[in-house]
Amino acid sequence: MTAHLAILQVVLPLIAAPLMILMRRATLAWLTAVAASAAALAIAVALYARTRDGQVISYAIGSWPPPWGIEYRIDAANALVLLLVSLVALVVALYSRRSVAAELPEEQHYLFYAMYALCLAGLLGIAATGDAFNIFVFLEISSLATYVLIALGRDRRALMASYQYLIMGTIGATFFVIGVGLLYLATGTLNLADMASRLPDVQEQRSVRAALAFITVGVSLKLALFPLHLWLPNAYAYAPSAVSAFLAATATKVSLYVLLRFYYSVFGAPFVFDEVPTREVLIALSLAAMFAASVVAIFQQNLKRMFAYSSVAQMGYITLGVALGSADGLTAAILHLFNHAITKGALFLLIGGIALRVGSVHFGRIAGIGRVMPLTTFGVVIGGLSLIGVPLTAGFVSKWYLILAALEHGAWWLALAVVLSSLLAVVYVWRFVETAYFEKPDAEVARLKEAPAPMLVMSGLMIAGCIYLGLETSLTVGGASEAAAALLRGWR
Amino acid sequence: MVGAASHLTYWITIFLTITGLYIVIARGNLIKKLVGLSIFQTSVYLLYIAPGKLIGGTAPIVAEGFKIYSNPLPHVLILTAIVVGVATLALGLAIVVRIREAYGTIEEDEILELDASAARAGSTPTEA
Repeated sequence: MTAHLAILQVVLPLIAAPLMILMRRATLAWLTAVAASAAALAIAVALYARTRDGQVISYAIGSWPPPWGIEYRIDAANALVLLLVSLVALVVALYSRRSVAAELPEEQHYLFYAMYALCLAGLLGIAATGDAFNIFVFLEISSLATYVLIALGRDRRALMASYQYLIMGTIGATFFVIGVGLLYLATGTLNLADMASRLPDVQEQRSVRAALAFITVGVSLKLALFPLHLWLPNAYAYAPSAVSAFLAATATKVSLYVLLRFYYSVFGAPFVFDEVPTREVLIALSLAAMFAASVVAIFQQNLKRMFAYSSVAQMGYITLGVALGSADGLTAAILHLFNHAITKGALFLLIGGIALRVGSVHFGRIAGIGRVMPLTTFGVVIGGLSLIGVPLTAGFVSKWYLILAALEHGAWWLALAVVLSSLLAVVYVWRFVETAYFEKPDAEVARLKEAPAPMLVMSGLMIAGCIYLGLETSLTVGGASEAAAALLRGWR
Repeated sequence: MVGAASHLTYWITIFLTITGLYIVIARGNLIKKLVGLSIFQTSVYLLYIAPGKLIGGTAPIVAEGFKIYSNPLPHVLILTAIVVGVATLALGLAIVVRIREAYGTIEEDEILELDASAARAGSTPTEA
């Protein structure tokens, strides 16, 4: 049984999805979704525990030995991603019952949970697999499920957001598959470990550089690297609340993992950063994301859109860490990936509570919300502090490591940019504080109650996670540095 | 035969890729965009399959008198990619149907105008 953990991680949610379609009962489907995510989390914890000592788990699907068969290959890096995704999936699944009941018609509930499980299976598959084409297939499984989930939003703009994401997501995935095709033509293999060992012989070929470019652009579309982020704000803003939370915490992070895997384990950092000007490009785009997206976030009238733009900015910090190309930079990037996922997941869960009670997350409608929903509002403030990077929150720890890595790199101006752009986050978080606490609630808002208990508990757990990870750093910093070490060691 | 002609499949592939991508970007009609997207995806099928074929090669079944075999793996990969492409197109068209029901149009600029005027009016947008 334990020998098959790697495949069970992906297959359990994948099987759960069609089961839910057969059940056609909302409650049963929800229980199945919770069970599938709980099982995924248990497996992810077991895998994570086994990879902590630097061990690499290799699983040959159908006993076809790699590189001929598809191999699932799990080391400290993707074990951490699996852990993050399944953890968020379980929290959001437990949370989603009330939120989905309020936002979707009853007859669509079981379909929602089926899509949710499918999306989860896709994301876990991307992280678990060691086969380049398999990544593409899981990328599309999770993306197609995501398009459906976004289109389920109540607002008709959700449809347009879903359509635009479908177009851009498909272009991104196709770019990725073009890159994989070029690599396959150059190396004759699709197994990532095998590809990594063959690439040094052919890396002078221009098609290999073209492959790097195609994969970078394709994956960057999926991880919403500025300026390829245009699909993200509307998708997050108009999707059902539970979906916004799940996507914000996982989808872009898994895509970032794919980029890291290709940069460090397949192409190798020397090729990516020294032979090709990837570093300069990534630093420029990261800085643009950190500043431009934060400024745009300040002027948003919709709370969800504001935090969506903030996500684009925060992805900038992560790619900045990647661009430094050093072990410290990589550790900071993975650390921020994890901490930001928890923070942004918590924020979108809390906003889901506001959306449920107020019926809108427009700034004009949530004035004085702090008086009627004190716990939710306080939670958003803590999450906001974590986005800014105030000490004692998770966001501080990862930004601290990012600044240290930048200084280590000898780039004091990058460290300065991190601090300055964080000040922009102060502005947009302050806008929320001002609206929620210092404005008088109108008669409609004054009658509202605190968010329902199950939703409050789940989002409270995530916010508690923000604080906990800000105080107890050995877990995340240790995990991130092991993941960075595993990525740098590569699969050769 | 060496030269431009031997790279004919690549020329066709690149032409289709650019054509598809151009249609996606340049057209405002949501259906036409999906058509462009399909052409774009199809060009990749060619990128994979064409190099797998050897002149004079047969299907990779061991038999008397056949020495040269074509690589079957790209075909299998592209079979998967075709399934993905069909699913994407089907979902895209389904969303366009819903958009048409919600907005009464499938022209991108008209939809954006409808959203903008709804935002200006400050009214809550109609439920989809």
